[in-house]
Amino acid sequence: MIQIDHVTKRYGETTVVDDVCLSIPKGGVTSIIGANGAGKSTLLSIVSRLLPSDSGSVTVDGLDVATTPSGKLARRLAVLRQENHMSVRLTVRELVAFGRFPHSGGRLTSHDLDLVDEAIGYFELTDLADRHLDQLSGGQRQRAYVAMVLCQDTDYVLLDEPLNNLDMRHSVQMMRRLRRMADEFAKTVVLVVHDINFASCHSDTIVAMKNGKVIAQGDTAAMMSPDVLREVYDLDIDVHDLSGHRIGVYFS
Amino acid sequence: MESVECTDSTGGRPVRGGSPDRGRVRLWHIVTGGVLLVLSAFGSLFVGVAEVTPWGLLHADSAAVLVFLESRVPRLLAILLAGMGMSVAGLVMMHITRNRFVSPSTAGTTESASLGVLVATLFAGSEAVFVKMGVAVVFALAGTFLFLVILRRLTFSDMILAPLVGIMFGAVIGSVTTFFAYRADLLQTLATWTSGDFSGVLRGRYELLWLAGAVTLLGYLYADRFTVAGMGRSFSINLGVAYDRIVNTGLVLVAVITAVVVVTVGDIPFLGLIVPNLVTIVLGDNLRRILPVTALTGAFFVLICDVIGRLIRFPYEIPVATVVGVVGAGVFLALVLRNRNRTA
Repeated sequence: MIQIDHVTKRYGETTVVDDVCLSIPKGGVTSIIGANGAGKSTLLSIVSRLLPSDSGSVTVDGLDVATTPSGKLARRLAVLRQENHMSVRLTVRELVAFGRFPHSGGRLTSHDLDLVDEAIGYFELTDLADRHLDQLSGGQRQRAYVAMVLCQDTDYVLLDEPLNNLDMRHSVQMMRRLRRMADEFAKTVVLVVHDINFASCHSDTIVAMKNGKVIAQGDTAAMMSPDVLREVYDLDIDVHDLSGHRIGVYFS
Repeated sequence: MESVECTDSTGGRPVRGGSPDRGRVRLWHIVTGGVLLVLSAFGSLFVGVAEVTPWGLLHADSAAVLVFLESRVPRLLAILLAGMGMSVAGLVMMHITRNRFVSPSTAGTTESASLGVLVATLFAGSEAVFVKMGVAVVFALAGTFLFLVILRRLTFSDMILAPLVGIMFGAVIGSVTTFFAYRADLLQTLATWTSGDFSGVLRGRYELLWLAGAVTLLGYLYADRFTVAGMGRSFSINLGVAYDRIVNTGLVLVAVITAVVVVTVGDIPFLGLIVPNLVTIVLGDNLRRILPVTALTGAFFVLICDVIGRLIRFPYEIPVATVVGVVGAGVFLALVLRNRNRTA
């Protein structure tokens, strides 16, 4: 379980994350939604120890992320940020293999290599495996990053906008993969997602943030209501039941 | 085999596909490189003013044996150790600063080390080699660290501005050194450690370089972590690598190697810049794979430059720093232009 306790983060006068208390249950997919600047990414960065908080604490399975040795956490929790500029020229396979670094420290076992091959195969990167990252398109690169993070094979996976740059088919594949990780391998997946319909179709729980605060949290069906969504986005969104999913329509 | 298959949409530069072996280091590459290096190294032992031939050595020509053991072999070892050390130092620096153009010669590291040697000479005399080295390491560390602080405060959109600032920073430190050397009447002494030259290497005067060799070897143990650091802070933390600690480890490594080389043979400009760049252009950035190749290439490069310096106006010598500087400046320019074309 991820326990967030009175976490606050300020940049100068601006409070980006404002006294957030939240617990994310173990297992299942949780999506964090909210408008731009709501504090979603900052909260995710604090939970994954990429950013220190100004006050409050975060524990993952009882381990305080601020004080637990980073190497130990890296075997339990993996994170991918939204923007990734990598100037290092690695091949896709080399990058994905670094996902095993927390476990094997660079000396890959055959189990490690199997995981690497599996992740590369799943994300349809086999033909690109020996290309350098700077020779890939944005979407291909994004898939390589996610493949690396999933190769870490951690109980908790935190992804900020994993669908960045992905086309529709790869977006759906990505979400199905995350769903399967939760269902079959009891992983805990936490996502920041912009498309509420992807959140609706693939997550168990939705957390809504606005102005640095968590304003609503609940199971997906309850959260996908016009009232909640209006409060979150300041936008009227019709919600329809389509093919067994709650779909928000907001395009016109 | 390499074939140009298509053009990517962002930069219009060709994307190479085809051979899956591209960029792989094969055993025969290392073996071929190693054999070439050994052959040239052996050959270099018989290039010089005093006549030393394998024939003479076999017949125990005592003068030849003396030159061979006291001068030629130490010189060769110094060349190899300095070449490996500076190239690997440049490679590490490029990764921990995440900028291909930051190296000991473009970050004020060598100039700071020279200042350190001067300070040590002023206060401890010219004989205390370990004091000189220790002070040079401290100065090299402080100077490089200061440069990194400056670098963090400036935000560049263009990679090339960082080394330009570094070269200016190095020039400022260099002029401070020159000023105090002038006041202390040490200008001639200064020249010996600002201009790399292997002609003064004798048995008993190069052994410090083994320390640079040891530190270079140590760098290999950290190879994976340096690669991870090159991915940036977030990726490093995610993979459980203590980013700041590994950056500092890299800085110490670079400072020690640079200081030792400056104290024993003097500054060899651009070496730490061009060798790692040439290697990574061909083989990518995975340090575990390319660090040994970089070390070999660096040793080979310095060896060739030194032999050229010995032959070009025989029986006189041109310092290796001059030869490397001429070659290096050309390669540096080519690298910058190449980078411009790629990003334009």
